[in-house]
Amino acid sequence: MTQDLATIAPELFLAVSAMALLMLGVFRGRESTGLVLMLSVVVVVITFALVWLAPSTRVVVFEGLFIRDGFGAFMKGLILIGTGVSLVMSWRYIERENMAQFEFPILILFATLGMLMMVSANDLMSLYIGLELQSLSLYVIAAFRRDTLRSTESGLKYFVLGALASGMLLYGASLIYGFTGTTNFDDLAAAFAETRAAGEMPSLGIIVGLVFMAAGLSFKVSAVPFHMWTPDVYEGAPTAVTAFFASAPKIAAMALFGRVMMGPFGDLVAQWQQIIIAISILSMLLGAFAAINQTSIKRLMAYSSIGHVGYALIGLAAGTEAGIQGLIIYMTIYLVMNLGTFAVILCMRQKGRMVEGIDDLRGLSRTHPMMAAAMAIFMFSMAGIPPLAGFFGKLYVFLAAIEAELYVLAVIGVLTSVVGAFYYLRIIKLMYFDEPVEAFDRPFGREMNLVMGVAGALILLFFVFPSPILEGAEIAAAALLAG
Amino acid sequence: MIIQAISFYIFAAIAVASAVMVISARNPVHSVLFLILAFFNAAALFILIGAEFLGMILVVVYLGAVTVLFLFVVMMLDINVARLREGFLQYLPIGGLIGAILVAELFLVVGAWVFAPEIEARAQVPIPPLDQMSNTAALGSVLYTRYVYLFQASGLVLLVAMVGAIVLTLRSRPGVHRQSIREQNFRTREESVEIKKVQSRGGV
Repeated sequence: MTQDLATIAPELFLAVSAMALLMLGVFRGRESTGLVLMLSVVVVVITFALVWLAPSTRVVVFEGLFIRDGFGAFMKGLILIGTGVSLVMSWRYIERENMAQFEFPILILFATLGMLMMVSANDLMSLYIGLELQSLSLYVIAAFRRDTLRSTESGLKYFVLGALASGMLLYGASLIYGFTGTTNFDDLAAAFAETRAAGEMPSLGIIVGLVFMAAGLSFKVSAVPFHMWTPDVYEGAPTAVTAFFASAPKIAAMALFGRVMMGPFGDLVAQWQQIIIAISILSMLLGAFAAINQTSIKRLMAYSSIGHVGYALIGLAAGTEAGIQGLIIYMTIYLVMNLGTFAVILCMRQKGRMVEGIDDLRGLSRTHPMMAAAMAIFMFSMAGIPPLAGFFGKLYVFLAAIEAELYVLAVIGVLTSVVGAFYYLRIIKLMYFDEPVEAFDRPFGREMNLVMGVAGALILLFFVFPSPILEGAEIAAAALLAG
Repeated sequence: MIIQAISFYIFAAIAVASAVMVISARNPVHSVLFLILAFFNAAALFILIGAEFLGMILVVVYLGAVTVLFLFVVMMLDINVARLREGFLQYLPIGGLIGAILVAELFLVVGAWVFAPEIEARAQVPIPPLDQMSNTAALGSVLYTRYVYLFQASGLVLLVAMVGAIVLTLRSRPGVHRQSIREQNFRTREESVEIKKVQSRGGV
């Protein structure tokens, strides 16, 4: 039992501190929001340290329900960075937008806890519980500005569709349990390895279950054709919440997708590979073409994130260690680009009011040159122009696809990234070559400048010193496949 | 044996029929009542297969708490059902098609059902025979030991649900008189009682 508890130390710490902060908020009332938010950031930092310091050997505890390994540690690190930065960025936003309630940081902490549990799931049951803890918190945060119609609408939409996706996932999980007699990932992997060694096809029920589970997970990463909620939720939710949605939960869902497909279903590659290829191609196409006509920057970011998910899924579709490494690198770079871009979007205010039209960025280079430069870096990187980090993210997944002989997938990926470059470059054109419209208010607070600066520097200088991320991703991918 | 089979078919048929009525009843209160009937029959089915604990829990939790709450909500809210139903027929063909495909798939899947010989060995926690341990004891013996992680995590999910419900619905209203026990306890005789001399044949 002691070893069990020591293994889940980061999660345990996060859960207990979130509850303690909840108590603090309840007893101190609404004025304590700032304090709770600050302490939440501290909690996230300490959790990050606990994840970082834990040994990265593979340990399975709680009777096979929970796993700690190098892959989980890397992904948890990314998730905690995403949460921490989103919390810092939401600091002044929630005050200005009149949504400063102490429950906001608490719900984000619980969502993060759910994500950590998802990443560490080693059983269909712990997978589901972690996923639900995360989703339930996210539904509430999406509807957090309950007095505005759009926020409540986005929360409700997310809830209804999310519940449907959970239902599909559970249906798939129950079929798999029914046909194999176990929910444990290791046992499932052993069972499928036996089937494969005997040269038999897995039974039909297992394949149907696998398809349903893949559908549920695709919803959580918002891959086409399960993406419908994304633009509406991203647009309707408060911007600070959108910044959070686009960072940490995406990483967590992607990590879970990778773990489920490569772990228990690793021997069924032939069965799921074509599904992943199909949703990857569809996501890339939709991300590239649907974003062209958008006028709201938040909707644009939603379609852009759908496209990015498509690229990251190329790595999973390859089904190899190089593919998983590409997926991890892609998600790392995606996280940095996204947090930077949302720091810029959160600074888009005119006369104390948030604006979110793409046209409002016109002539930004003259009114706020540094902000425009940072945004230009992020946009070039998202478009995948060398030598920025986004290019390397795409490079590694395409290389993995070519190694796995998925030429069509790689070619479509390159073509859609050319189409996608159109709307990223359009933003740069608006900022640098159009006449300025009304200038934005001065960016509020140093933390935004800091996020923009650090993210911009990381993207710009990635090619000089890429080895920490490349090696980290390699170790993490090896750890996932070793299990 | 035959009694068991007959009761199974009766309960199952009523459960399916009332499930259909839940979505097709015109009056939402009737829908909830049919939902109760469906749950009740499902509980009976549980008892038929010997899972008496699950059957009782279904009655206590779902019937006793959840659906009664539903009933309150439905009665309190003035939902315009006719408007909700608009377009129901419009989506019927595509919805029916998807449903039919799913049913066909289910038949294929269940038709292919074979118990793999190794399933018995692989089952994580085999259910002990009834004469050794009752269902309730068997559940209790694993719930707080083997599955303590899931048990605690489910508790957190419920906590989040509670916090979420409060965040989304609690409004502080100005001008509401609240009871302050501290204030009540610290009242003194001087503040609360006023003695007046009343003259005879005069008012206060």
